[in-house]
Amino acid sequence: MPLLPEPISDLIHAFQRLPGIGPKTAARLAFYLLRADSDIPEQLAQALLQLKSATSLCPQCFNITLSSRELCEICADPRRDADSLCVVEDPLDVLVLEQTGAFQGRYHVLHGVLSPVEGIGPDKLKIQPLVERVRGGGIREVIIATNPSMEGDATAGYLRQQLAPLGVRLTRLARGLPVGSDLEYADQNTLLRALAGRQEL
Amino acid sequence: MAERERSLRTEGVVLRHSDWGEADRLVILFTREQGKLRAVVKGARKLHSRKAGHMEPFTRVSLMLARGRDFWIVTQAETVDAYLPLREDLVRTASAAYVVELLDRFTYEEGQNLGLYQLLVESLHRLSSVDAPQTVLRFYDLRLLDLLGFRPELYECVRCRQPIQDEDQFFSPQQGGALCPRCGRLEPGLWPLSRRALKMLRFYQRSTYAQVRSAAFSAASHAEMEGVMQAYFTYLLERTLNTPGFLRTVRRGA
Ligand SMILES: [Zn+2]
Ligand SMILES: [Zn+2]
Repeated sequence: MPLLPEPISDLIHAFQRLPGIGPKTAARLAFYLLRADSDIPEQLAQALLQLKSATSLCPQCFNITLSSRELCEICADPRRDADSLCVVEDPLDVLVLEQTGAFQGRYHVLHGVLSPVEGIGPDKLKIQPLVERVRGGGIREVIIATNPSMEGDATAGYLRQQLAPLGVRLTRLARGLPVGSDLEYADQNTLLRALAGRQEL
Repeated sequence: MAERERSLRTEGVVLRHSDWGEADRLVILFTREQGKLRAVVKGARKLHSRKAGHMEPFTRVSLMLARGRDFWIVTQAETVDAYLPLREDLVRTASAAYVVELLDRFTYEEGQNLGLYQLLVESLHRLSSVDAPQTVLRFYDLRLLDLLGFRPELYECVRCRQPIQDEDQFFSPQQGGALCPRCGRLEPGLWPLSRRALKMLRFYQRSTYAQVRSAAFSAASHAEMEGVMQAYFTYLLERTLNTPGFLRTVRRGA
């Protein structure tokens, strides 16, 4: 794309740095915004500017919250069980679990998973604050809700190493066959764990 | 060889993966037929993916690949061995990560290497057994160096070429072998190599896995050999590895 005015090519380059966006999509988005009513790009620009300045991490659970708040809404809510803690990889996982309405406790967001091959060790995650939070007392059960993956397993194993000596109950989300799946296509890993986690009928 | 073929039936081990696009995953595989290659698993991050569970790192998998524009595309995948015990134990997981990181860093996408494939599969299999992970790793270190053409010289001094005597020596990562105490004193930046650690290195270099498996070396010798191997790898790769530090962290907690 030769000789595009700089404001357009700058925007295209910015879009291309986002995950899952290639040069074609980036160009399409940029030209869409160029032709759109001015309130669309203005709203987008406002939202982007606020994204960083108006948000911060909750100092207790490390979920994303408004920077004007001391604690996030969940941590500050006295109706939530203080004695059960659900450990998740990302803030999006909190959102998904909250949508089920099934969990009444509080959260701890790790901001990633251990990845030995990529060199992501425990010091790159919010693990130490979790250990301190549990050591602080008042927590009876820690539910580890990392993904059922090699990295999720390694993270759960490391958390067990760190938290087991503190005498809390440690559980992990049950793993098994996804709804609508077919036994025939299940891998060994999933099948064996589904079998291990079978339930009374 | 099969460079222009549209599809490929192969068997391989998933070394690493990363997210790709909206719902796909890019995997780095080490295959029996074509060595290291990259492939996309479409929809791998969706809950109903039929392939995702078969394409986790450290899984030996039977594959059908189709040539895409930039990478191969995985069209079928079925687990041959998921090495499950390896996923249940953090030190074993970290050890598998070490095996995979070294292989990944030393190889390019340059075609079949059956010896390396065999060593990879055997090492993951051993790490899934009750064998001590450190025995598996040190055996892997020396076989890997043999296969890559970096076999360390342990019988004569790499500087004066005199036979190495039964005494404390030095190890030179730059020259890939032992230095006698007289030469060692003249060169900076060498690793001290005790008699016991030298004995262990030689034993691991010339023995079969069954032999090293039934031999016992002290924790101190293991630690020393590990240090020498890491120094050698760091020199050869011109970078430090990610996994040894991780392995040390999880060993402390075990
Ligand atoms: Zn909070
Ligand atoms: Zn010498």
